[in-house]
Amino acid sequence: MPQFGLEDYLQLFVSGVSTGSIYVLIALGLITIYNVTGVTNLAQGEFVMLGAMGAVMLQRLGLPLGVACVGSVALAMVVGALVYRLTIRPARHAPDVTLIIITIGTAIALRGLALLAWGTTSQALPEFTPGPPANVWGAVLSRQRLWIMGTAGVVLAALYLFFEGTLLGKAVRACAVNRRAAELAGIDAAAMALLSYTISAALGAVAGIVIAPLTLVSYDMGLALGLKGFVVAIMGGLVSAPAAVVGGLILGVMESFASGLVSSGIKDALAYLALFVVLMARTTDLFAPFRRRPIARLSVRRARRPTP
Amino acid sequence: MSALATGWAASRRRLRVGFAALTLLVALLPLVFRTPYALSTLILIGIYSIVTTGLCLLMGYAGQVSLGQAAFFGLGAYASAVLTTRLSWSPWIAMVAAAAGTGLLAYVIGIPIFRLRGHYLAMATLGFGAIVRITMNEWRAVTGGPTGLPGIPRLSIGGLALNSDLTYYYLVWAVGLVALALARNMVDSRVGRALRAIHGSEAAAESLGIDVAQLKLQALVTSAVYASVAGSLYAHYMIFVSPGAFDVDASVQLVLMAAVGGIASIWGAPLGAAVVTLLTLALREIVPLITQHGSGEHQIIAYGILLVVIMIFVPEGLTPTLARATQRLSRRLATVRPRWLPWR
Repeated sequence: MPQFGLEDYLQLFVSGVSTGSIYVLIALGLITIYNVTGVTNLAQGEFVMLGAMGAVMLQRLGLPLGVACVGSVALAMVVGALVYRLTIRPARHAPDVTLIIITIGTAIALRGLALLAWGTTSQALPEFTPGPPANVWGAVLSRQRLWIMGTAGVVLAALYLFFEGTLLGKAVRACAVNRRAAELAGIDAAAMALLSYTISAALGAVAGIVIAPLTLVSYDMGLALGLKGFVVAIMGGLVSAPAAVVGGLILGVMESFASGLVSSGIKDALAYLALFVVLMARTTDLFAPFRRRPIARLSVRRARRPTP
Repeated sequence: MSALATGWAASRRRLRVGFAALTLLVALLPLVFRTPYALSTLILIGIYSIVTTGLCLLMGYAGQVSLGQAAFFGLGAYASAVLTTRLSWSPWIAMVAAAAGTGLLAYVIGIPIFRLRGHYLAMATLGFGAIVRITMNEWRAVTGGPTGLPGIPRLSIGGLALNSDLTYYYLVWAVGLVALALARNMVDSRVGRALRAIHGSEAAAESLGIDVAQLKLQALVTSAVYASVAGSLYAHYMIFVSPGAFDVDASVQLVLMAAVGGIASIWGAPLGAAVVTLLTLALREIVPLITQHGSGEHQIIAYGILLVVIMIFVPEGLTPTLARATQRLSRRLATVRPRWLPWR
């Protein structure tokens, strides 16, 4: 049993946070799609895979790393839009379970296409800024982990600004709140659904690209990552982004400590166990105490009070 | 009343005729397809159609989605494998014990899991499948880990060892036909109607006095037992098991079989199993001709696309669609008088 010092725990914590921010990005994609279209997109992990594989491919073609990354995100966005248009839109009136099976079919088809295009061999993407690892209070931190956390932070901020600050973002949110009312207000709900798919494909692709230098990428990396994203998304009932941010970081740190202190084999089982716990606890909403109480209910109660 | 009764009798008769026809087909197929390759394909189709029959009961009738059915299939296979190789039990007793254990596990799992609905239920079953798969991989002392467990004995009846593929074919399909008949009976019974009511609306079914929770559990346990028996048959046929055959993709393949045949039609189970198995084999031949990446499970592209297309265009599956088409065709043949015929 090796002796663990404080800096070792710090190291596990920080690498957990960086892995967790990947889960957060994937979960946010899921949440965006669920909020606008009501679809649980099990193909989200494949967007992650497409982003990573696309970046590797473009980089191999001789493009500079930055251009390859941006190009790969753009490619994933096109795929996301196509997926919506070809598979979800024709079946939009189908029951939940049918839609889930459709997204599973899409995931498998995307994985198969990646296999056809790139084969089974694992590929690697070079680190964004190669160099010696940074040293933060005794914890050794590879530069790529800093890139991951930084990118996640920037993407989160950009998403926040988009949804809160721009007219387009507000239109997407309106569709999430009440589709019919949004349509009455002149918002093209179908276009917003398409946009939500495009956005979450981009989110997935970004997650895939920033993690690619740390793990080898292959055609079948999507399923596990997508499931973990789902575990995180479900912590907020598939609708709450702040809950997903907290949940993602918690899952990442838990996994990091489990593989550091116990064994790495237990890591994946932990995520699925968490899935069960979260699903079972869902009837009792975990984040309910932190949620603002709905104002409407208070006012109704006040109105019912008999007037003297 | 009498019209209803005669209609029921007619459907009953049609059912008996259909069943007899299927039995005859199963009995005669090996006379046409004699090669070992064809026979082993037919055996696999039989094994998968048993699992799919159970899955149809659960998904098509009770309306509960399961993306972890390969876990039950794998539990049956591994239980048989471990009990016969490590504890040297008799294969038949092991098969019964495996089915009982898997059924019990399904019951225990079902109680919390059926608190969930729709996509949450789908995810929970997917997670269950993944956990079982990880256990098979990691619990090396018992399961042999990722490399699998070899040396499973063949089955034998009395002193007669079922060594040849032909005898095994008849055994598997006998079990398959019995499973099909049992499922068909269940669907036509009070339980089957109650299950369909649950599929329609749980609240309405509950208000009619149907014990929804209990019936859903029964459907799950039945499907798990079906899968477990099929898994045992699989283990004794392959005489080797490894975790790869029971992963998430295998579960999706089973859902695909149910969907192709028609989720809500028991008859569709053998049809779906046959179509998907044959498609897999065909793709294994064709795909290497197109791509330079020879190795790999290329057939999954077709699985994915097929699953999406079926769910969008024929969500009820091939069997009801085919049945309607033949009905329409026979009606047209009966009414239309070909113009080129000189007589009336």
